[in-house]
Amino acid sequence: MKQMRLYRMAHARSGDKGDGSNVGLIAYDERGYEIISREVTVERVKAHFGGLVKGHVDRYEVPNLRALNFILHDSLGGGGSASLITDAQGKTHGMAMLLMEIDVPDDYEPPGVGTGGAGSAEYPGPSR
Amino acid sequence: MIRIANGQGFWGDSVDAPVRLMREGPLDVLTLDYLAEVTMSIMQKLKRRDPAGKSGYATDFVELIRTILPDLREKGTRVVANAGGVNPRACLAAVSQVARDGGAAGMKIGMVAGDDILDRLDRIMAEGVPLSNMDDGRPLSEIREKVVSANVYMSAFPIAEALNLGAQIVLTGRSTDPGLVVGPLIHRYGWNRDDWDRLAAGTVAGHIIECGAQCTGGNFSRWWEVEGWDHLGYPIVEVEPDGSFVVTKHAGTGGLVTVDTVAEQLCYEMGDPCSYVTPDVIADFGSIQLGQQGVDRVGVSGVKGRPRTDSLKVSISYLAGYSAIGQLTISGPQPIEKAKVAAAALWGRLRRAGLEYAETHTELVGAGACHGRIAQGGSPAEVVLRLGVKDPDQKKVDRFGKEIAPLVTTGPPGVTGFAGGRPRANEVIAFWPALIPREMVKAEVRVESV
Repeated sequence: MKQMRLYRMAHARSGDKGDGSNVGLIAYDERGYEIISREVTVERVKAHFGGLVKGHVDRYEVPNLRALNFILHDSLGGGGSASLITDAQGKTHGMAMLLMEIDVPDDYEPPGVGTGGAGSAEYPGPSR
Repeated sequence: MIRIANGQGFWGDSVDAPVRLMREGPLDVLTLDYLAEVTMSIMQKLKRRDPAGKSGYATDFVELIRTILPDLREKGTRVVANAGGVNPRACLAAVSQVARDGGAAGMKIGMVAGDDILDRLDRIMAEGVPLSNMDDGRPLSEIREKVVSANVYMSAFPIAEALNLGAQIVLTGRSTDPGLVVGPLIHRYGWNRDDWDRLAAGTVAGHIIECGAQCTGGNFSRWWEVEGWDHLGYPIVEVEPDGSFVVTKHAGTGGLVTVDTVAEQLCYEMGDPCSYVTPDVIADFGSIQLGQQGVDRVGVSGVKGRPRTDSLKVSISYLAGYSAIGQLTISGPQPIEKAKVAAAALWGRLRRAGLEYAETHTELVGAGACHGRIAQGGSPAEVVLRLGVKDPDQKKVDRFGKEIAPLVTTGPPGVTGFAGGRPRANEVIAFWPALIPREMVKAEVRVESV
């Protein structure tokens, strides 16, 4: 096993759902989807976000999109205009998810996407 | 095939985008999504304060129609927008006036209303519908006197009816965002109320484009692959009679449409992927098949739908106190340490003045305000100290605003960036999602000739 940050093998989008947020985590290939399905559990996500998520975490599998959808309950300080926090709509939670480091098999290399980018060791942006 | 574009993801999105969509390539229908939950409450307040009763809709829309009226007359493009907000009649009058001024005699303009149930709330509750909070089950009576707005998410069929009556422009109140796309599809292809798969496909098409450029490169994780940020193309769906469609954008515009950009937008604001509930159908996002069909062309097929629910969703907004937020910039050296001292000083001073708040918040922007301990990196050169309070008492909240500026001369050194005056108390609007039986809501469709 080796350690890999999610941004090398997946991309993400987040937004608000009431006083919680959702994060869609999308693997770049089928093997990557198998790995994130195994490693990125509800417990791992709850621990990763720490104090940012006050409530529980739900997870849905969307294999046709190679995606996992997470609902992070009570993560927006009340949500919408009722919130005092900067990211009151969870717009940045997808980027936060991509910083998670997980175990992957030694022989797994994600597809090199674009010019460097996700396939490279550095994020964000291409390593030029 | 019918080409439907979205030129506005929310009230405040690019004002040029819809104009460019009209002029940079072929288009059959231009949709514009102006409404978010908070927009409805802002509009309701504007309407209440206007004695002439002419406020409470998206005024940007009227200006847009003024700008693109010659294009609409020349090309016959239809426009569907939820610009009516909480006052669709006033919006209809304003748009009709603009069309008359522009010499568009004979143009038909349609309006869909009936979503606004604010004046009927008490009668509805008296008839035994508690409008309980969908999240926690509390009855609406707990906050009844604080309600600001109440709007039902409406079916897309009344939009199709207005188009069937010949309307070139249709404006609505609280339609659903994807409904702006589903309505024209029902009109064009004559889909029935039980064409669940087709209605679901139209809903998915609407969901993909409802946030404008968020499926054409905006907000894309691999942002370094996006070219042409200064002229991002807004999205277009080319939909076939069976509901299958291609997501694309006009040639020569910036951004990109790939399986990855579309998949990200499908995940946006997703709940249970198997049950995307709309007034007309329950769409199953687990059935969606994506395929790249060429440069900036993504095919979407296989979408399945299930029968609609018996009830409709109501978005109720209510006044939940007051809040204020102020900020200062704290330079280095040791910006984090100094920001903590400054914040402690402010909260201590307010406590000594006898002020306690229902909620307070301290954030160090630049030191993990968004990502907490997930954030990486060393000591920043400076941080923004962002302070906020929330309380039912407006006076107390205003008093907080007077305590920010003194920190420039009474706190640690290197504090600056106090601009824009003292922060004042703003109304806090909270939301109360509820359900109402479908038969208690009647759409009103009106089509007028200019």
